[in-house]
Amino acid sequence: MNSPDAEFEAVIGLEIHVQLSTETKMFCGCRLSFGDPPNTHTCPICLGHPGVLPVPNRRAIEYALLIAAALGCEVAPSSIFHRKNYFYPDNPKAYQISQFDVPIASGGNLAGVRIHRAHLEEDAAKMIHVGTSGRIQGSDASLVDFNRAGTPLVEIVTEPDLTSGAQVREWGQLLRATVRQLGVSDVNMEEGSLRCDANVSIRPKGSDQLGTKTEMKNMNSFRFLERGIEAEIERQTGILRNGGQVVQETLHFDPATGELHPLRSKEEAHDYRYMPEPDLVPVAPDSGMLEAAAAALPELPEAREARYRDELGIQEGAARLMSVETAWAEFFEGMLESEPEIEPKVAANWLTGELAAELRRQDDISLGSSPVTPANLARLVGMVQAKRVSNASAKDVLVKMVSEGADPEQVVVGEGLEQISDSGELESIVDAVIEANPGPAGEVLGGNEKAIGALVGAVMKEAGGRVDGGEVNRLLRERLTAD
Amino acid sequence: MDSGGILGLTGAETAGALESGEIASDEVIGAWDRAAASDDLNSWLWLPEAREQEEATGAPVAIKDIFCTEGIPTTAGSRILEGYLPPYDSTAVAKLRAAGLPVLGKTNMDEFAMGSSNENSAFGPVLNPWDRTRVPGGSSGGSAACVAGGTALWALGTDTGGSIRQPAALCGIVGLKPTYGAISRFGMIAFASSLDQCGPLTTNVTDAAMLLSILEGRDPLDSTSTGIPGGIVPPEGEDLSGLTFGVPRSFLEKGVDPGVGDVFERSLTEIESLGGTVVEVELPHAELGISAYYILAPAEASTNLSRYDGVRYGMRVEERDLVEMYEQTRSLGFGREVKRRIMLGTYALSSGYYDAYYARAQRVRTLIARDFETAFEQVDFVVTPTSPSVAFEIGEKVGDPWTMYLNDLFTVPMSLAGIPAISIPAGLSEPAGGGPELPVGLQLAAPAYGEQKLLNASIALEKSIGFEGRTGEVGR
Repeated sequence: MNSPDAEFEAVIGLEIHVQLSTETKMFCGCRLSFGDPPNTHTCPICLGHPGVLPVPNRRAIEYALLIAAALGCEVAPSSIFHRKNYFYPDNPKAYQISQFDVPIASGGNLAGVRIHRAHLEEDAAKMIHVGTSGRIQGSDASLVDFNRAGTPLVEIVTEPDLTSGAQVREWGQLLRATVRQLGVSDVNMEEGSLRCDANVSIRPKGSDQLGTKTEMKNMNSFRFLERGIEAEIERQTGILRNGGQVVQETLHFDPATGELHPLRSKEEAHDYRYMPEPDLVPVAPDSGMLEAAAAALPELPEAREARYRDELGIQEGAARLMSVETAWAEFFEGMLESEPEIEPKVAANWLTGELAAELRRQDDISLGSSPVTPANLARLVGMVQAKRVSNASAKDVLVKMVSEGADPEQVVVGEGLEQISDSGELESIVDAVIEANPGPAGEVLGGNEKAIGALVGAVMKEAGGRVDGGEVNRLLRERLTAD
Repeated sequence: MDSGGILGLTGAETAGALESGEIASDEVIGAWDRAAASDDLNSWLWLPEAREQEEATGAPVAIKDIFCTEGIPTTAGSRILEGYLPPYDSTAVAKLRAAGLPVLGKTNMDEFAMGSSNENSAFGPVLNPWDRTRVPGGSSGGSAACVAGGTALWALGTDTGGSIRQPAALCGIVGLKPTYGAISRFGMIAFASSLDQCGPLTTNVTDAAMLLSILEGRDPLDSTSTGIPGGIVPPEGEDLSGLTFGVPRSFLEKGVDPGVGDVFERSLTEIESLGGTVVEVELPHAELGISAYYILAPAEASTNLSRYDGVRYGMRVEERDLVEMYEQTRSLGFGREVKRRIMLGTYALSSGYYDAYYARAQRVRTLIARDFETAFEQVDFVVTPTSPSVAFEIGEKVGDPWTMYLNDLFTVPMSLAGIPAISIPAGLSEPAGGGPELPVGLQLAAPAYGEQKLLNASIALEKSIGFEGRTGEVGR
């Protein structure tokens, strides 16, 4: 296998289409929908009837401004729409209304990857090709569902700042989390509300020239995109190693077979005949809209990760998970909210360590569908922290919380798992154990510290786990040095 | 009042008689339905076979077949939309209906409003009621002919480069192109979106103002619509004292038929006799208007007309694959002139040519708009003949597109500048080759949103000129 690292480096740029979750379409009043019966959300405007005119959706512009603010982009004081002309049945007017040379947002940066631009446009209809191939060639018939036609999109274009499939996946997940945090899109790749295309090229290491790029389209997960990019880097490396030339083309990666197939050649590229859209006036957000976008900006994953790591002292892995995966972040924040006294770091460990493992173990339950609430987990952590229950017992309680949706307080009280807090009771157990184990006790007295482990274990066993190991340790030492 | 009496009323008089109860809605509608049915100029593409009882507050309106009308065939004069029934009403038609003015019928037109003679209609040419061997002008030829011929009281047209004013001039009636944005374009089938504007064709200035006052207004369905600040009231004007009229002499030298020139000079004398001042103005870039227009309008048309692809509505030629279906549908569905302009526009927008053609033409457009701004610093109105000639013979210019395009020489600059302009009948003149006298139009243009001033000046001139109006040939 050829390794790209030795002589070559990959240069990757992304184009990400984000479907905005507005109530209505970009230029008409039809509701957005996913999965509804075909052609039930259409009107003369999104069907491209004669005489109709587009009217921009104000909410979509506000959402685009939020994205621009989140990515640190500069907002154009006046941006314009163009017509991108091409014939295809999914394109009812035979032009897509999109932004061309003056996008609403440009510049920007997310986690070190520069954002080239972000612009507004409308989505095409969905084509369904009837017949064996599933593609238009060789199909018996092609059907068009215009429910999607006119859905507002923001296309985000990065600079070619990424260098590997793994980095693309990580960054893509961060972008998805960022957009999700804004509440402006469902960002569901399988449903197509987030679509990512990658432009991939390779060049000799250290070169400042860009190689010929290929485009990888429409992967429905970042993991597949990662694999596709890795496969493409390997393919291009092989071509260059053998003295060949990379051909500019669009590729599809089949995750099932791991193969790359050309979609269409760029030589046949359309001349889109861009023309300023005369039916629309420029988008000129007033200062009120810009201020509203800035004010509405929530804490974003990138900043949240830094805060978890640097201020709360949470381990990097847990901090990453809880900032990129919104569900985990919300769970974590919910725990801190319901039990403000618990140690954030401990809470994070219980969430991303113990609970995550238990969910995986029990049929791979997702966090969202598990019966464990942030408040319940926080209460359990609180009991551990207050030494009301031992770590070991707490783990048993967690199992019941996941499988039965049990309340931790009830389990602990009901099963008598509360730690022995009566010092007299614990002291008598300790004394009995020392008496019953003269050998190890003697060794400890003789200076062999390690021998104390056996005594601790024996006390724990005797107490049924309802004691704190540290407290036992302390008591044993007290007894065995005092004598 | 008998049918003939009703047909003899102006729009304002009809409204008054209906309001006072002197005549009833069904009498008015019935009289005009019978008049429309008697047309023999090929003015109409659709007339109702039966009507629901409708309450009218005025005479029904002839609607150019470029306006979508719910459930009523709308073709834009093209085969490609044959059989198309729009699922909605255009804003202009909806406003007329809401004001109690029913649709009388749909009028013939040049295909997609591309033409100056109505010979580009897929449904046959319209004849000029003054001389049936001649064209009525275009593209709103059917709307002009039916009003001039007496088969409609008034009509809606559209004007992209002169399509209301020129046919109004050639048929001896009033035609007004308002400021771009004054009237909603929603539901008006697009030819060149940045130029298209709806307007009235009427027998008199008061009726034009009446329709404009109903039609103008900002429409939430048209982002580019603005309405006319202050609205429109019935025009008043007895004289023109204190008003200055600018004549772009050097521009007019580009070619006006002598007979038309004579009527125009008499109009200028008329203006002065009413107390107006006539001065010369310069519009240095106006002569480039036609060239710029025939880049910009076809460019916009080429994308506006791409939606007629056989997929969703209208004509479809079944073929074995998608591309052939597209090609055959569009080849057979569009007429020659439309295809010519689609090709022109496609070329002008092509990668590598955009700057040389489209961007350059936009700069010319800006220069022409500035010419008018400068002129309006000195004058209240710019006046020209509406058309360089009177109505020409059917077939006379079809073989020579450039000569045909020159019909719009004096109307296109106002369209490019987006300013309002009106054509009123100024008199009669013999055609260049001899024959019975034909109408000549006088065009007055004002700064943006200057419609009220324009109408006030026009009504003073209208009274003083005393043009005889309709030919009286049909329907009366």
